[in-house]
Amino acid sequence: MTTASPESDYRRRSVDTLVLVGTTKGLFALRSDDGREQFELVGPSFAGEEVYATCIDTRGSGARLFTGSVSNHWGPVLRRSDDLGASWTEDERAALTFPAGSDTSLARIWQLTPGPADQPEVVYAGVEPAALFRSHDGGATFELVRGLWDHPHRPKWQPGGGGLCLHTVLVHPDDPERLLIAISAAGVYLSDDGGESWTASNTGILVPFEPGSPELEFGQCVHKVARDAGDPESLYLQHHGGIYRSDNGGRAWTAMTGIAGMDFGFPVVAHPTRPGTAYLLPLESDEYRCTPDGHCTVWRTVDGGTSWEPLTKGLPQRDAHVTVLRDAFTTDGLDPAGLYFGTRTGEVYGSIDDGDSWQLLADHLPPVVSVRAAPVG
Amino acid sequence: MTEVRVRVPTALRDLVAGSQSVVVDSNSSGDKVTVGDVLDALAVVHPALERRVRDEMGRPRVHVNLFVGADNVRDLDGLATAIGPGAELSIIPAVSGG
Repeated sequence: MTTASPESDYRRRSVDTLVLVGTTKGLFALRSDDGREQFELVGPSFAGEEVYATCIDTRGSGARLFTGSVSNHWGPVLRRSDDLGASWTEDERAALTFPAGSDTSLARIWQLTPGPADQPEVVYAGVEPAALFRSHDGGATFELVRGLWDHPHRPKWQPGGGGLCLHTVLVHPDDPERLLIAISAAGVYLSDDGGESWTASNTGILVPFEPGSPELEFGQCVHKVARDAGDPESLYLQHHGGIYRSDNGGRAWTAMTGIAGMDFGFPVVAHPTRPGTAYLLPLESDEYRCTPDGHCTVWRTVDGGTSWEPLTKGLPQRDAHVTVLRDAFTTDGLDPAGLYFGTRTGEVYGSIDDGDSWQLLADHLPPVVSVRAAPVG
Repeated sequence: MTEVRVRVPTALRDLVAGSQSVVVDSNSSGDKVTVGDVLDALAVVHPALERRVRDEMGRPRVHVNLFVGADNVRDLDGLATAIGPGAELSIIPAVSGG
């Protein structure tokens, strides 16, 4: 089933850079045709639906877009577009559903991730309740990854504030059999055999929300994980109560202490090409969950997380009490990196100089819950 | 085989080429045709419409109401509510949301 976008603007002109902005009231897009100098806002598509997962897959001959949305009335839907959002296809038989016998129904799609670069038909989906799905046909159909679903820990997983969601899928760039997933609030799990078997891997991560801050095998409220551009064994992790890095592919984690007092936050983004470079957007405490002291600040490391510098140029530094959720901060993969984040108060900020300076790209949107960007020209 | 007209709400009419209603031929799974039987038949001819009414476990979605004539099936026998020849099944979004 194919439906046309309500916005004729989608067909108006060529696009070289696309930013998908998923909100709680539909999908918007920021489109540039002049090398990211200016962006035009179009949308909404799927008005009224919560778009928690967006994906721009550039591995094929043309960009393929995916959205995972949910209507409070009508349930979740997975859609694809091969024309940059001018039209969207929903599989007649539902591309992504829990199989008969699982005694489970899909609540929400949280993550849509392209598979290995040399397997353009492989796409991963992380969903709520926490489960991993994989497509071998470019997202036309998905199968439940049984190895994780049957894991003995699963009945003991507890939901975080957003639900029991599998929100992060990282495929190792040199070995597609090596997968990392993260679940709130179960933590990180690794597979070395393409998803057949999984091991909880949270060593070193403290649990500040339990008495004594114990280290648990699982039960961690990991908010997001990103892989370093230079060393695929290096990872950055934003936890409910701290920021961590790993130098061994996620088998153990070490606290990063370079941002004093900034433990809480949702997203972490690695620079797409520059080793040792990553970005955080810390929030004040898990009670408040807004940018601290009214300052909207992105923090950047260029030394693998040893030290962090605040980036504020172009970002509001007065009365800016905003929240940026785990998938609402992203990069476009270019160098210098384009960086984009959306807030729960409906602003979208962008940078095309590795975060040195920012500008407001859109405001007065519904709450932003997912942002993805890529060159598509 | 019982022919039942299913009323489609405005928000879902794109799924049935803009129609206000669709007619499905329902087979009884027991001694009477039920709302569940009608939805089973709907799933064959309009699967995208049916899954907006029920999840993959076959449960009606929480914020969707199903009426046989003027009666909400939640006040009757749910999906087991009988539906006779000539009756209409209406899909109506609940007054909820934010």
